[in-house]
Amino acid sequence: MADSTAAAPKPSSSVKLVLLGEAAVGKSSLVLRFVNNDFQENKEPTIGAAFLTQKCNLPTRTIKFEIWDTAGQERFASLAPMYYRNAQSALVVYDLTKPTSLIKAKHWVAELQRQASPGIVIALVGNKLDLTNETSEPADPLNDDGDADTTEGDDSSGDARKISTAEAKSYAEEEGLLFFETSAKLGTNVTEVFTAIANAIPETSLKGARGPGATQAGAGSGANDQSRVSLTGPRDNASKEGCAC
Amino acid sequence: MGSSPTASRSSSNNCIRQPNASGQASQADDHGNTTMTVGEDQMSAEEVEAPQEGMGAVKATVEDRDDDGYRPPLPPRPNLSKTPERPTTPGGLNTSHRRPSLLSKPTTAVSSIDIQTLSFPDGSRGTFSTPASRSVSESAALDTPGSMTPKGKHSQNGSEGDDTTSLMSYAPTMKGTGDLASLLNDDINAQSPAWRLLSSKADTVNPFEAIDYENTSLLNFENEFNEIAPVDSKGGNEEELLTQFKAKYKHYLCLSSAGKPIYSRHGDQNLINGYIGIIQTLISFYEGSKDPLHGFTAGGTRFVIFIAGPLYFVAISRLGESDAQLRSQLEALYMQILSTLTLPTLTHLFSNRPNTDLRRPLEGTETLLSSLADTFTKGSPSALLSALECLKLRKSQRYVINNTLLKARTEKLLYGLIVAGGRLVSVVRPKRHSLHPSDLQLIFNMLFEAGGVKAGGGENWIPLCLPGFNNRGYLYMYVSFLSAYDDGQDGEERPSTPGSSAREDEIAVLLISAEKESFYELKQMRDDVVSQLEKNGSMDIIKAAVRQGRPSTADIVPGTQLRHFLYKSRANVQYTMPSFNPYFNGLLPQRRLMNLYNNLHAQIHAKHSHLKVLHSVSRDSVSLAWSTPLFEFYCVAGPNASRASIAHGANKVIQWVKREEERVFIIGGAVF
Ligand SMILES: Nc1nc2c(ncn2[C@@H]2O[C@H](COP(=O)(O)OP(=O)(O)OP(=O)(O)O)[C@@H](O)[C@H]2O)c(=O)[nH]1
Ligand SMILES: [Mg+2]
Repeated sequence: MADSTAAAPKPSSSVKLVLLGEAAVGKSSLVLRFVNNDFQENKEPTIGAAFLTQKCNLPTRTIKFEIWDTAGQERFASLAPMYYRNAQSALVVYDLTKPTSLIKAKHWVAELQRQASPGIVIALVGNKLDLTNETSEPADPLNDDGDADTTEGDDSSGDARKISTAEAKSYAEEEGLLFFETSAKLGTNVTEVFTAIANAIPETSLKGARGPGATQAGAGSGANDQSRVSLTGPRDNASKEGCAC
Repeated sequence: MGSSPTASRSSSNNCIRQPNASGQASQADDHGNTTMTVGEDQMSAEEVEAPQEGMGAVKATVEDRDDDGYRPPLPPRPNLSKTPERPTTPGGLNTSHRRPSLLSKPTTAVSSIDIQTLSFPDGSRGTFSTPASRSVSESAALDTPGSMTPKGKHSQNGSEGDDTTSLMSYAPTMKGTGDLASLLNDDINAQSPAWRLLSSKADTVNPFEAIDYENTSLLNFENEFNEIAPVDSKGGNEEELLTQFKAKYKHYLCLSSAGKPIYSRHGDQNLINGYIGIIQTLISFYEGSKDPLHGFTAGGTRFVIFIAGPLYFVAISRLGESDAQLRSQLEALYMQILSTLTLPTLTHLFSNRPNTDLRRPLEGTETLLSSLADTFTKGSPSALLSALECLKLRKSQRYVINNTLLKARTEKLLYGLIVAGGRLVSVVRPKRHSLHPSDLQLIFNMLFEAGGVKAGGGENWIPLCLPGFNNRGYLYMYVSFLSAYDDGQDGEERPSTPGSSAREDEIAVLLISAEKESFYELKQMRDDVVSQLEKNGSMDIIKAAVRQGRPSTADIVPGTQLRHFLYKSRANVQYTMPSFNPYFNGLLPQRRLMNLYNNLHAQIHAKHSHLKVLHSVSRDSVSLAWSTPLFEFYCVAGPNASRASIAHGANKVIQWVKREEERVFIIGGAVF
């Protein structure tokens, strides 16, 4: 993983991130895509939780994600507080082909808002975008609301989507969450999610892992805007050169 | 795993360092195998007094026993030999390791097996004497009756010398179970001149090599682990799926006493529902009559039932395993369920609602149950022997590793282990607590067989209950993997030894704590341990040992006719074995080998059998089981190996184990 492309070391800070969501929505697959750029067709359920790290290069600094990939199965739910307690960010994942998974995601969001640290950055992620029939142009599900109309309740022609973009998006807006639709399988939008989170972490909550970076200003636009809807995050914040990982 | 699976298992049995025998449950064996057994009175008398001295009776004839490394001088010829036409000794043994076939010729143990004892299913025994020529080396195949050579089809009514007829008279009592049954028939027709000619050239036939399996078991065993598709919505494919379902050699079912399905290795719910109903009815009927059903046979299929509180477990096997073996497999599945739920939770669920559907609380455990089940179906020495295998290291090297762990230990640590390829490298533990093989079996299964944890990458924090330690609560296990190949070589270059799975080269650091919140502390400990091991060279030693793999039998005893063995040290509850390479590579050869071991193990452990040594001859292999208070030993050679050469090989292996004891076993382990 290229730590840095620039010669001078950028300020670096670590960010704790927790993934939550119903079993089999693809949390581990998203992490695997992000960390190893890999995908496994039949991934086995996570037992307990897995801890991984991955660096993410932003124009002005390096973020080292410390990721807790938790198990979605009900019996592990009681352990979740341990993982989100000190987290600065959370990825709440649902499977956009499975309605119950959005309900579960909403429960997690509510729990985070109640119990996690107040400044936590939450991203709502609808995964398995490749199972819808819009895979040819899914890169930005946020560009027009018309999408929703064509996909809503549409089960024909192999489209397995059960949760429309509009529905999830409006919920995310209400709650002030980042929102993405992704495919861990194809890699669609995966680094974008992490980059957006990295950008959305308020400068003040960054503890420098090394160097004086933590206190330096100069974050990208919108970085301080995390409590508002961050829908603009991914596009404005240099998702192109985002994660060099 | 002979101890009771329910409630609190006392820590007296099955502990790593428990110096007692392992408490093997010996169940009556219901295979009337036609194995020839050497009565204990013949061979064991000496071992009982001085078991560490090796095989008693053979020792009498093999005098030259000094530990002179790997190239022992030729054992002296026995004066009892009455076969003048025996070939002369072809030089010293030290040349024979290139031509293993020669080894058996000069050796013999005639005196020890003049008298044969047959054991029968009802526990009685018949004794008869054999001509000395029967038991000598395979060269006798040329001209003596009753040689142990492979044979194809046979008639049941040939009549040969005295001893063959006396064998014949027992025939009706023998249920032919698998390979061992063919002993009888082999002897009868062994005289065909063509066959004699052939077999004289067949000195070096390896186990299972020269057989056609058209009439035997294990046909289509390769398909055993293929998934059965779910029943489609209209049930149109049900018939086909049932055919696949019935073609499986092994089934494991778990259901609640109320008849709710919990787990089935094969087939989806729609497919198995009918069976679940029948089984529940059967079991409950006998439960009601206060005479619980333990097992029954239908055709060639054995059904074994194990009841644990509100749970019914059923093993259905066409692999010829004994009831005791199947039951211990079912116990392991039960342990896995306890490991997920803990006993109080399980009890609570069912006492609240007897109709509970356990599948939901167990969600995700299916993969663990299935990988356990498949381990049993593939055949696992560890499961068969209820023992662990260690990575072979020098004592001083292991000492350094132990100390590294001890030094880096944090307050929160309960158990610390380093495991390489499913073999134990080092254990540290509190003085008061030992580790139970059954618990380690669950951990190893989770980490090395059921790829879930490994595939996740990174480090893991896993809550689990170790029922052998305490079935009432959870412990938390920190796991991180290292690869034995991660220095320099990249993935492509890995030598992909056939038969050795990917798990073979995984090194894992496991740190277990009772404290839920101790992840970061244990992670720190792991970092310290790994960097220290790298600094003091131990990591390279471990990696080299992993890459080297197990030695072959020929490495251990040059020139031996033995092709594989299992040696279990009872006191250490550990076993050691050579590589499956090159004779038992792949699913099928390994399963055949394990079938053989299963049979030997079942007979040695059968109630009333009082067996100490068992020599078993079949048309495709010759094998030996040997049980003493110190160890259990099983070995196999090709069908033409003589008893003497097998006994000789066995002695050599046991000498080797004795010599290497502190390398192949972890003795005591490190305590704090
Ligand atoms: N088609 C498709 N399948 C996916 C995608 N992401 C994950 N999967 C599949 O969904 C299944 C579950 O994925 P996991 O990543 O294990 O899900 P998880 O959320 O980590 O599940 P738990 O660990 O049990 O909580 C696997 O079979 C994946 O291959 C995706 O983007 N598209
Ligand atoms: Mg997962």
